[in-house]
Amino acid sequence: MPVKRREMVPLALLWASGIATLFILIVILAFILANGLPLVNWNFLTAEPSVWGQTGGGIYSTIVATLAVTGVSLAVAGPISVGGAIYLNEYTKENFLRRIIRQAAEILAGIPSIVVGLFGFLFFVIYLAPYTGGWSVLSGGLTLAFMVLPISLRTSEEALKTVPAELREGSLGLGATKWQAITTVVVPTALPGIVTGLILGLGRAIGETAAILLTAGGALNLINSLYDPGRPMTLHLYDVLTEYRDTSTAYGTAAVLIIAILAITFITDWLMNRYTNKLKGL
Amino acid sequence: MAVRTLKRSRIKDAKGTTIELILLLCAVSAVAAIFLIIWFIFSEGLPFVLEAGPQFLTSSIWLPTDSFSDGSWGIFPILVGSLIVTFGAIGIGTPLGVACAVFLAEIAPPAVRRVLVPSINALAGVPSVVYGFFGLVVIVPWIRGQFGGFGTSVFASWVILSIMILPTIISISTDSIRAVPREYKEGSLAMGATQWQTIRSVMIPAASSGIIASVILGMGRAIGETMAVLMVAGNAVSIPNSIFAPVSTLTAQIALEMGYAAGAHRQALFAMGMVLFVVIMILTGLANLASRRRVT
Repeated sequence: MPVKRREMVPLALLWASGIATLFILIVILAFILANGLPLVNWNFLTAEPSVWGQTGGGIYSTIVATLAVTGVSLAVAGPISVGGAIYLNEYTKENFLRRIIRQAAEILAGIPSIVVGLFGFLFFVIYLAPYTGGWSVLSGGLTLAFMVLPISLRTSEEALKTVPAELREGSLGLGATKWQAITTVVVPTALPGIVTGLILGLGRAIGETAAILLTAGGALNLINSLYDPGRPMTLHLYDVLTEYRDTSTAYGTAAVLIIAILAITFITDWLMNRYTNKLKGL
Repeated sequence: MAVRTLKRSRIKDAKGTTIELILLLCAVSAVAAIFLIIWFIFSEGLPFVLEAGPQFLTSSIWLPTDSFSDGSWGIFPILVGSLIVTFGAIGIGTPLGVACAVFLAEIAPPAVRRVLVPSINALAGVPSVVYGFFGLVVIVPWIRGQFGGFGTSVFASWVILSIMILPTIISISTDSIRAVPREYKEGSLAMGATQWQTIRSVMIPAASSGIIASVILGMGRAIGETMAVLMVAGNAVSIPNSIFAPVSTLTAQIALEMGYAAGAHRQALFAMGMVLFVVIMILTGLANLASRRRVT
C-alpha cells in the first residue's frame, strides 16, 4: 500500500512505539543479565547463603524454597484448575454458572498480591497454624495457589474450547462414555494449551514476592520440610537489597530469575505455536 | 440380559455423576476462593473501619500503635499517594501501550510480530521485584543525579509502573483491535481511505471499548503493585510536594508494616487491604462495563 507523505509521521510513530516496547524489554534484560550472569556459576547456585549481615555466598536454600512454594501451589491449583476447566467446557453450556465462574476467575486474577498475602497470613499462617506450621513454605505455596488458579483455569478453558466438536462426537459415536472421550480424546488434544496454562501459573508463582513476604517466613536456612519457614529467590533479592545492600548477590539472583522467566516464555510460545499449527493441520 | 445392561449403565452413570460432581467442585473453587478472601480480609478490617470512622480515610495523621486509643489512624496521604502513582503511570503507559497495540494489530509484518508478542509476554512475566531492583539501581540514581533529592520518588514509580502495565494495555487492546470485523476495515479502504485514516477513524473508534477496558485493568495493575513501588517510591507518609519527592502507597505501606504490626495496627493494615480490594472491584466492574458496551 503506498503511503502518503503526510501520513509518514503517524505511521512512523506507531513503528517507534513497537520498537520502544521491545527496546525497554531488551534494556532491562540486558542490564540485569550483563551484571548478573558473570556472578552465576555452579558455586553460586549450590552454596548456602552467607550468614545474616554478610555479603557473598550462594543462593542454594532460596532456590530450594522457590521450588517448594512453586511445587505446592501447582500441586494444589493445577488439578483444580484443569478439572474446573473441563467442567466448564465439557459439562455446561454457555450459561449463568459458567459466566459467574469466568467472572470469578477474572476477579481473582486481579486481586493485588499483597491483599492475597494478607488473606494467606490470616488464613494459613494464623488460623490454620497447627496444620501449616505457621509461617512456612507450605503456607506460602497454598497462598500462591490462589494466584495460580485463575491463570491456569482460563488458559485451560481456552485450550479445551478450541478442540473441534467432531473429535468429541467421533469418540462418543464409537461408544465411549463422556469421561472416556474427555480423557482419551479431548484432554490429549488440548494438552499443549493446558500445559501452557500450568507453565504460566508456574511463572507467576516463581516471580511472586508480596504474598510470599507475608506468609513464607523468610528464614534463610535450608528447609527440611514444607512446615519450615523459607525464603524464595524473589524475597531473597528484596532482602539482600534492603537489609544490607548486597548488590552483587541481588544481580546474581535477579539473573537466575530472569533466565527462568525467559525459559518459561520461550517454552509457552513454542507450545502455543505448535498447538495452533496442529489444529490448523486437522 | 436387558436387566444386566441396565444395571451396568446405572453403575457407569454413578461413576459419571461422581466425576461430574468433583469437576463441578473444582470449577466452583474459583468462586469459593474469592468469598474466602473477602471473608478473612473484611473480618479483620471492617471492625476497625467501623471503630475509626470516616477519619480513617480523611485524616492525614498516620501514627500506628498496637492499641487503638494510642494511635492516629489517617490514611489520606497514603490513599492520595496510591492515586498519584497510578494516574501518572497510566498517563505515561497508555499512549505507548495503545500505539504499540495498534502497531501490533495493524502494521507490524508477521516477522516483527513473531518477535514482539513473546517479548511482551516476557515483559509481563518479569517478577515485580526485578522491576523494583532495576528501578533502584538505574532509574533512582539517574533521577538523583538529574533532579536532586533522594531519587526514590513519585517520578521513579511512574517510570517503573508505566513499564509494568504495558503488557496489560497492549495485549487487551491488541485483541480488541483484532476483533473489529474485517468488513469495517475493507469498507473504509474501499472508499479510498488510506491506512492511517482507516486506523484513526475506523479501527480505533470501533475498538475503543476494549482499549478503555485495557487502560482500566492497567490501572488495577498499577494500584495493586507492591514490590516495585516499595523499592523505588521512598515510602514517606505525606502528600508529595513535587514529583521528585518520596511517596507512599497502600500496598507498600502494608508490606512495610505487616512485619511488626500487632493489635489495632495490624487491623488497620487489613482495613487498608480492604480499601484496595474495594477499589479493584470497582475497576474490574468498570472494565467489564466498558468492554460490554458495543459500538453501533
